[in-house]
Amino acid sequence: MYGFKRDMLAVLGFTFFLLIIPRILGNDYYINTLTLSLTHAIIAVGLNLLMGYAGQVSLGHAAFYGLAAYTSAILTTTYSVPLPLGMMSGILVSGVVALLIGIPTLKLKGHYLAMATLGFGVIVYIFFNETIELTGGPSGFGGISRLQVMGYRFASDISYYYLVAFVLAGVVLLSLNLIHSRIGRALRAIHTSETASQISGIDIAKYKVFVFVLSALFAGVAGVLYVHNIAFVAPGSFGFNFSIELVTMVVLGGMANVWGAVIGACFLSILPEFLRVFENIEIVLYGAILIVFTIFLPEGIAGGITKLFLMMKPKRSDAAGKE
Amino acid sequence: MGISSYLQFLISGVTMGSIYGLTALGFTIIFNTTGIINFAQGEFVMLGGILSVFFLKWFDIGLFPSILLAVLATTIIGGVIERFAIRPVKGASVINLIIVTIGVSIFVRGLTMIFLGKDTFSLPHFSGNLPLTFAGVAVMPQSIWILAITLVLLAILRLFFTRTIYGKGMLACSYNRKASSLVGIGVDRMVLFSFLISSLVGAIGGVILTPVTLTSYDVGIMLGLKGFSACIIGGLGNPFGAAAGGVLLGILESLCAGVISSAYKDAFAFFVLLVLLFVKPSGLFGQAKIERV
Repeated sequence: MYGFKRDMLAVLGFTFFLLIIPRILGNDYYINTLTLSLTHAIIAVGLNLLMGYAGQVSLGHAAFYGLAAYTSAILTTTYSVPLPLGMMSGILVSGVVALLIGIPTLKLKGHYLAMATLGFGVIVYIFFNETIELTGGPSGFGGISRLQVMGYRFASDISYYYLVAFVLAGVVLLSLNLIHSRIGRALRAIHTSETASQISGIDIAKYKVFVFVLSALFAGVAGVLYVHNIAFVAPGSFGFNFSIELVTMVVLGGMANVWGAVIGACFLSILPEFLRVFENIEIVLYGAILIVFTIFLPEGIAGGITKLFLMMKPKRSDAAGKE
Repeated sequence: MGISSYLQFLISGVTMGSIYGLTALGFTIIFNTTGIINFAQGEFVMLGGILSVFFLKWFDIGLFPSILLAVLATTIIGGVIERFAIRPVKGASVINLIIVTIGVSIFVRGLTMIFLGKDTFSLPHFSGNLPLTFAGVAVMPQSIWILAITLVLLAILRLFFTRTIYGKGMLACSYNRKASSLVGIGVDRMVLFSFLISSLVGAIGGVILTPVTLTSYDVGIMLGLKGFSACIIGGLGNPFGAAAGGVLLGILESLCAGVISSAYKDAFAFFVLLVLLFVKPSGLFGQAKIERV
């Protein structure tokens, strides 16, 4: 059972799992943490398409998350634009900015690309901080209305959790489909060798920009979901550190593995809850994770598990052979 | 605004620019021997400054011995980083190298925050803080120190790369690592040296800057980024272009802060970086060919 059918089953199983968790936890605080983890997972899945599959690094993805969040928050709160329209505009702004930035940026490779995306992220962050009349400056602004669709208001935390869970399941399904398609094969070819894929007739510039914009759109979706849940927005959530945290999620979970990104995002978003006792230790831990995983486990948690299974199989046959 | 205020911008620009230039130089030295952009370069600058502050406070041995100790400590840290984080990923893909150096940078930054705190610290000026006045323009003695030390350091590095066997060995690595290894150059050792030298240069930059701008655990991010912008302006791989790029960036930034708005000073530096990357990624002074699709 391969391809679409298998993915569909996996996603169904995953959705079922997500729906069950709150029944076990029960506590509202945990549910909020989970909602946030799943929001992060939406971005991580997109970033993984860019980093893991296409092999293009972005150190400024927090900017797309922030752009969508701010756009939707400002439009719906300051200018009283209807919610669905504001949210759509937020996601659209992320996508359009990604397109405009992506076309020149993705012509760059490796370190240059990393620095360019980083520079872009910092510019957007400074913009959030300095345009005080628009964004409320460093202290941000609140009073943003919670999500409402066709009269139904996602008032309770659990209803919001279900919403985010379904969106994540959709994003995962879309991504799995994408990577098994012609586009996915093209992206992996680009990762392996740009020259070879270009010779095979793949328009590499087009595919890179496509996946960049797609990952920015995912970040945008996460951004509007985030802002209409928390009902407050401040630049601190969209800085350089968050961009690094996103990269850490992808590396930790396993590059080029959609489920890995989900695992990485949940792990890193829930971890700080357990580290509250050790003040400020997360950032050191992110650093250590990035170093140790790149050196010893470049395939991340998901890749490690797969490897473990593969290692166990030949060992058994080895033992049988010796007897 | 009169001519004297422009001169004032020029002087503060050259002061900051020297530090960007030194950071850029550190980037270049490592890039030339390894092909790695060391995202932790700014942390060396931060460590040089903040360790001087703490050595001065803890050991009470006077300003200059503390500075020497801090530079030495940062250089050793640079060596340790190469040995335990960079060497194990030798030959990895660019994306993994980027991730490792970012990991190192936030690891160092995090440890500094945990052990030395989140406060902002200052270091005494090397020789008083009474400004000297030349033709209506005030110059801090520290600015003169910064300029002088930067120039001396550049001269020493120039001699090192052109006159000593180690310097030539490192240059050889930058042309072709395999060929260097075949003629008997210890490439691993050269890489270690490049980390030692660039952490030394970074630490000195941090030490001479701290009396002017204060320091805290997180100053390395911005300094690193601007050092990289300076590299791009000067043309990546060209050490003296990088230093000149730093000075140019410093002057542009100071003019922007003075004439347009100081709030967007940092954004302006990155705007310059992005425009250059898009329009002329080989830099203003470089012919280095950069791969573009």
